[in-house]
Amino acid sequence: MKVVVDFEKCTGLGICESMAPEFFEVNDDGELVLLKEDISDEELQAVEEAVASCPTEALLIRS
Amino acid sequence: MTVRSLVVVGASLAGLRAVEAARKAGFDGSITLVGAEPHLPYDRPPLSKGFLAASDDEPPHFRTEEVLRDELGVELVLGEAATGLDTDRRVVRVGDREIGYDALVIATGCRLRTLPGTEHLAGVHGLRTLDDSVAVRSALEAGARTVVIGAGFIGSEVAAGATRRGLDVTIVEALPTPLVRATGTAMGAAIAGLHERNGTRLLCGTGVAAVEGDGRVERVVLDDGTVIPADLVVVGIGVVPSTQWLEGSGVTIDDGIVCDETLWTGVPRVYAAGDVASWVNPVFGTRQRMENWTAAAEQGAAAARNAIAPDQAKPYATVPYFWSDWYDDRIQFVGVPDADEVLLVDGDTETAGRWVALYRRGDRLVGALTVNGQTEIMKYRVMIAKGASWDDALAHAERRRELALVKAGAAAGA
Ligand SMILES: Cc1cc2nc3c(=O)[nH]c(=O)nc-3n(C[C@H](O)[C@H](O)[C@H](O)COP(=O)(O)OP(=O)(O)OC[C@H]3O[C@@H](n4cnc5c(N)ncnc54)[C@H](O)[C@@H]3O)c2cc1C
Ligand code: SF4
Repeated sequence: MKVVVDFEKCTGLGICESMAPEFFEVNDDGELVLLKEDISDEELQAVEEAVASCPTEALLIRS
Repeated sequence: MTVRSLVVVGASLAGLRAVEAARKAGFDGSITLVGAEPHLPYDRPPLSKGFLAASDDEPPHFRTEEVLRDELGVELVLGEAATGLDTDRRVVRVGDREIGYDALVIATGCRLRTLPGTEHLAGVHGLRTLDDSVAVRSALEAGARTVVIGAGFIGSEVAAGATRRGLDVTIVEALPTPLVRATGTAMGAAIAGLHERNGTRLLCGTGVAAVEGDGRVERVVLDDGTVIPADLVVVGIGVVPSTQWLEGSGVTIDDGIVCDETLWTGVPRVYAAGDVASWVNPVFGTRQRMENWTAAAEQGAAAARNAIAPDQAKPYATVPYFWSDWYDDRIQFVGVPDADEVLLVDGDTETAGRWVALYRRGDRLVGALTVNGQTEIMKYRVMIAKGASWDDALAHAERRRELALVKAGAAAGA
């Protein structure tokens, strides 16, 4: 499974980073950087929480 | 106990997330969503930011009516407020209709505090609803001389937007320092400095004596006699939880609906979520009522999951987070502001457009504030959630500063 970011929607609020810091980091310019995209089974819950908590609904998990 | 019918009162963020979470958890009973506003659920933060700035923006609805009705299978009861709750017979009253529930989530949020004596004046607005935002936006478009009463986050965003439009704007704040409740005294003053730096007039420590005009607002008179001409007055003096309709229902109210760690009200089958809910946050072990987006969204989902399966109810724990956008600056705060010490660990509040401050209680890190520190803030949210010590936080801040210097050096050398 992979996580995908819709950069048109993302406003860099960073909530995803606090839920799954191995995947997401907001940089100095306030833009989201995807650190990795492949999700292991152990990581799935954290990434799902990040997806659910994004205010702009910019994140998606694709199988 | 099997739950076959879920009723959600309050059709905004927390209410919508409640509905979605129930379906996601596999709930296939009936869901009724009751909302006082005629609108489908919509997002509030844009109302004082992007939506207010762009005249052609569509209202920020979360979902279409088709998605709500067909995909989520929700019966929508919009445009009418719930007027009562009978917890013995398990019915919500909406006008002369009674809606029965097996499980209930209350997400009625907050309503604005109003300034007494201004009700009859055109041009005086609060900013909570889509209708409010549309009204304020058209006044700004008409070039209104604007007075914002109350220097909170929402009022400040409106003022920043008006300044950006080149309008004449004054913010009036009764307290000597704004934003103290949200960020503490030192940081409240520092953040307020952003207004001055961007050319917005901010008057603190002066109350409003009168808002005057003949049918339509013409001027604001302050306690010290200052008269400010105005075509638009935006009142941002806080909100109160919408709980009047629960009087006599047996649900305990004390600055919001009193809940336990699982968002349960203590009345069988009744849960609460969002701005209206006061609950015990396990992260700090204290009672809190949030007025922010993230908590409302998460609590809506958590309350619904617990309401449909009360025997497996889980506590809802969070490190509070809010943000606010003024001018070109993004202010972000995580944790809680009541602290024994607030320490600036990076940047300079006087000149820099970027800084990081940490909040200590005892030997623990309990909060962090950044202005244009998007890459720093969430690392502190993670630390607070893990119960990080103050020393660990300071050591982390030191490493981040060094890293930033290395990066800046590399950039300069390149
Ligand atoms: C202009 C503005 C800007 C904001 N900006 C930010 C921001 O930048 N960052 C941030 O974190 N937060 C922000 N917020 C706060 C955030 O929007 C709220 O925390 C969030 O909307 C709370 O959601 P809620 O569903 O709990 O309550 P609400 O959004 O208040 O919704 C409650 C709903 O219940 C309805 N209702 C009330 N009584 C009844 C009744 N008796 N029967 C039926 N329905 C009823 C109301 O009409 C309302 O639609 C902002 C809020 C506003 C108004
Ligand atoms: S939470 Fe959403 S908007 Fe915020 S940085 Fe992550 S993807 Fe972007």
